[in-house]
Amino acid sequence: MDSSASSAASVSSLAGAPALPRGLLRGRPGLVLLAVAVLAVPLLSPNAYVLDVAILVALNAIVCVGLNVLIGYAGQISLGHAGFFALGAYGSALLAARYHWPTTLALATATAGVALLAFVVGRPILRLKGHYLAMATLGLGVIVSIVIATEDGITGGPDGMAVPPLAIAGVALQGERVWYGIVGAALLAAVWLSTNLIASPIGRSLRALHTSELAAEVAGVDTARQKLMAFVVSAVFAAFAGGLAAFYAGFVTPAKASFLHSIELVTMVVFGGMASTFGAVVGAAVLTVLPQLLTSLRDYEMVVFGAVLMATMIFLPRGVVPTLAALWRRWRS
Amino acid sequence: MGAQALQFVAAGLTAGSIYALVALGFSIVFNASKVINFAQGEFVMIGGMAAASLSAAGAPLAVALPLAIVVAAAIGLLLEKLTIERAGRADVTTLIIITIGASIFLRGIAQLVWGKGIRSLPPLTGDRPIELGGVTILPQSLWVLGATLVIVAALSWFFGRTRLGHAMLATSHNRLAAQLVGIDVRLVLFASFGLAAALGAIAGVLIAPIAFTSYDAGVMLGLKGFAAAILGGLGNFHAAIVGGLVLGLLESLGAGFVSSAYKDAISFVVILAVLFVRPDGLLGVLRSERV
Repeated sequence: MDSSASSAASVSSLAGAPALPRGLLRGRPGLVLLAVAVLAVPLLSPNAYVLDVAILVALNAIVCVGLNVLIGYAGQISLGHAGFFALGAYGSALLAARYHWPTTLALATATAGVALLAFVVGRPILRLKGHYLAMATLGLGVIVSIVIATEDGITGGPDGMAVPPLAIAGVALQGERVWYGIVGAALLAAVWLSTNLIASPIGRSLRALHTSELAAEVAGVDTARQKLMAFVVSAVFAAFAGGLAAFYAGFVTPAKASFLHSIELVTMVVFGGMASTFGAVVGAAVLTVLPQLLTSLRDYEMVVFGAVLMATMIFLPRGVVPTLAALWRRWRS
Repeated sequence: MGAQALQFVAAGLTAGSIYALVALGFSIVFNASKVINFAQGEFVMIGGMAAASLSAAGAPLAVALPLAIVVAAAIGLLLEKLTIERAGRADVTTLIIITIGASIFLRGIAQLVWGKGIRSLPPLTGDRPIELGGVTILPQSLWVLGATLVIVAALSWFFGRTRLGHAMLATSHNRLAAQLVGIDVRLVLFASFGLAAALGAIAGVLIAPIAFTSYDAGVMLGLKGFAAAILGGLGNFHAAIVGGLVLGLLESLGAGFVSSAYKDAISFVVILAVLFVRPDGLLGVLRSERV
């Protein structure tokens, strides 16, 4: 359906534009709530397994918060973010393990490298729309994953490669508790950054272009530039989380670059609720924890996971957080 | 050299026909709903696995293949009825995630029913290669090419001559207008899923004797079918076929002359290059956006 926008003045209030989260989730209170949740995990259950799962949740959530800026706000799909995640992971791993760079510098350089790559490939790719954009990003991710799996002289091929531990000022950071602190802080920083970005004029133009790219352009938004920025931001979040994941696990495998991992990331964003930063976090949390809970079902794991995913999207079509937030508002009024 | 190239072309056309059938399924569902059905690859798998298990249980191929296709089509119809129709007016992204859920669900079911092992299906008419103008070709490859031709002809007739076919075409052009002239667009969507699943399953039973099949075989074939549909131009009947054949040839020639490890990467590089020049696919028509 074509959306209608007759004048430039109406761009910020176009019908159907994803609205800023209201009520409980507005700006800082949401961040405080998230900080409380992050702090509560080790206090309530300090065992290593729980912390390990919580670390995975936080890493996925960082990727999803970034991806949500691209998908939820700018309205541009990507089926290739596992490629950026893997490039961040392998870039960090290679610089640290093969070239013996200081690990933090390796992480920063790999992330910056991915930012540059996203900037270069982003411009031609983002000229594509809808499913064609999905295909192009998917192709990019598949190419990255094939290169990683094939160049076994550099990457270790399908067997993966070992990564030295992350060290700050010569002190190696190891153990679930320390890592939980690191990724927890990184997640809060990621959420803080993205909520600020979305509340800024940039966020407003992103939402405008989501509703109608042409209308936004007519209203004076440099849509190509805004889309590229959202793309680079999301790639940086993914690469940074990928690098952290590599150092935490001490190992990287090409599975991280797979098409299925890209799909998984998009699914988390939509499941939690598009255009909702906290939705992205909730989506990442639920879909990371669920498979862990389902491992006891063994052969039924995939069936139950698929069924839960379908049922949630049927009954909460706008994603968990926006749908429940709307119900909550209706119930209160 | 020439004979070798011809050999690669023959292999490419065989794989390309399969991709074309899968791509047609993508396009048909897209036309009815604007949704990319990520479960499309699973119907290829279901077709292959059902036929292989029926055949292993002693059913003759003449029974096993049609039955497998019917089973897959029925699952496609059920999927639409139980999930897509229930989601009602949810937006396209939500529907796509539902099809992703469905693909995981169907893979899980296949794993429960058929296990994780690889299965094979006997070819329709023996496996003695035929010499044809310097090219050796498997009889099953001829079946693939022949069956694809028949299906393309049948679909042309269906879309050109039947009431339901016309209704499906009309809906793809303008859903609202189709509804206004009394076309039951819900029925069109329902039929589209069934037809797409059947096409996927046909691809599945045709390719299973050449490429084996397993519960997760649908992921890669679905991906290739999607790539083919996009390469040609989404939603266009001829474009899906062109996209499929071009993709098959790219892969086969790339693997033969450049690098077999990089054959998929080569195809995707070409697809990206094509999209940069023609953002709506090879046969796509550039549409303007109305505001």
